[in-house]
Amino acid sequence: MDRAEVDATIRTLIEPFNKKGIDIADGTTFAGDLEFDSLTVMDFVAAIEDEFDIIISMNQQAEIENYGQLVDAVSKLQGE
Amino acid sequence: MSESRDLFSKFDDIIQTRENLLASGVEDPFSLVMEKVLSPTRAICNGRDTILLGTYNYMGMTFDPDVIEAGKQALDNFGSGTTGSRVLNGTYQGHKECEEALKEFYAMDHAMVFSTGYQANLGIISTIAGKEDYIVLDIDSHASIWDGCSLGNAQIVPFKHNDIEALEKRLRRIPEGAGKLVVLEGVYSMLGDIAPLKEMIAVSKKYGAMVLVDEAHSMGFIGEHGRGVAEAQGVLDDVDFVIGTFSKSVGTVGGFCVSNHPKFEIMRLVCRPYVFTASLPPSVVATAATSIRKLMHGSNKRAHLWENSKRLHSGLTDMGFTLGTEEPQSAIVAVIMPDLEKGAAMWEALLKEGLYVNLARPPATPANMTLLRCSLCAEHSSEEVETILGMFERAGKAVGII
Repeated sequence: MDRAEVDATIRTLIEPFNKKGIDIADGTTFAGDLEFDSLTVMDFVAAIEDEFDIIISMNQQAEIENYGQLVDAVSKLQGE
Repeated sequence: MSESRDLFSKFDDIIQTRENLLASGVEDPFSLVMEKVLSPTRAICNGRDTILLGTYNYMGMTFDPDVIEAGKQALDNFGSGTTGSRVLNGTYQGHKECEEALKEFYAMDHAMVFSTGYQANLGIISTIAGKEDYIVLDIDSHASIWDGCSLGNAQIVPFKHNDIEALEKRLRRIPEGAGKLVVLEGVYSMLGDIAPLKEMIAVSKKYGAMVLVDEAHSMGFIGEHGRGVAEAQGVLDDVDFVIGTFSKSVGTVGGFCVSNHPKFEIMRLVCRPYVFTASLPPSVVATAATSIRKLMHGSNKRAHLWENSKRLHSGLTDMGFTLGTEEPQSAIVAVIMPDLEKGAAMWEALLKEGLYVNLARPPATPANMTLLRCSLCAEHSSEEVETILGMFERAGKAVGII
């Protein structure tokens, strides 16, 4: 799966968590713009992990602040 | 010159929440003072004679005459403190006797006593899981487990509370050859629910993980010998490390890890929260050892504590309160409050009735719940439990929760 495909898949996965219908760009932040709390983060991460059959450890999550970084990280992880 | 920034500004939100709560006139739930302690179940709190229903003193050992006598003797014979680390001048005969008592209690080869339960989790978890290893843990784990993860360098992978499938998926995805530690708790202290350890430990072993179980809230009470939920579910032999505390059923303070791992003793040299702190005072380890030995023969008390837990659970359910578990699973009965304001009002109403329970609120609670946590004691009489139920009914109606 290339980056565009990963992007498209994550865009679908994020919909139920994007309660306020925020427009999502690479710079959209999870804590700030999307107001994800820790429980939402856990459920959202689990959805991505299940879809791509990967692990995104909390150490890796700490490096991911915005949407673009998430797409990059998932693209890299599913290639490994 | 740049403007100086107050490092405390990050706490402004929590300061505001607290001020709003106190502005409503409620007694501060987090500044209670016990002026006198009359027994394991009674104290003078903020000037009132109060039944204690939030102390984790499950087996009521704090005023046991043998326990107190052992402490007094140790104070006389060994002094008030050790002023030293366990690996330097802080290991006394009492520390070794306490570890012997633990080995007998759990029928395990090794026991290591820490200064608190918090430090036991902090030390063992951060030390055994290194940079290339993975820690897979329940999202509702106690703060001491999370802090153990933070102190170490391992990859941290949480899974949904008590979800066996979520645990298995994560274990399956961990790269081949990586070290794995699964961290579970017997009883989760916020809702008082127990873990499906039998299934979870089987899955963990299938993927070659080592398993650590924190049995802080089950020791002395759950399982035939009071060894905890893993014993009750018949899987204690598959647990690599049991973490426990002296500050609940044992009735003093301190923490421990017991294990059958053949190399376990090396922990005493490499575990920083064990090495770089002073050991427990002689009187504390003497009371702990005496209490642990008495808990080995506590089956009658265990039976009465179960009775108490069942009666409180069914009584509160019948009144219309929402509880953390459908059935009583431990000595903790958690009453779910609609919000923090109602929870604080209910807490205060109970205190004025003469009942102390724990008010628990986010972030310590799962799913942002506000809870009134009740922990029962084997020394609560059946009559006291009925009195407690009457207090809950009056307070619940006054506050408008039932």
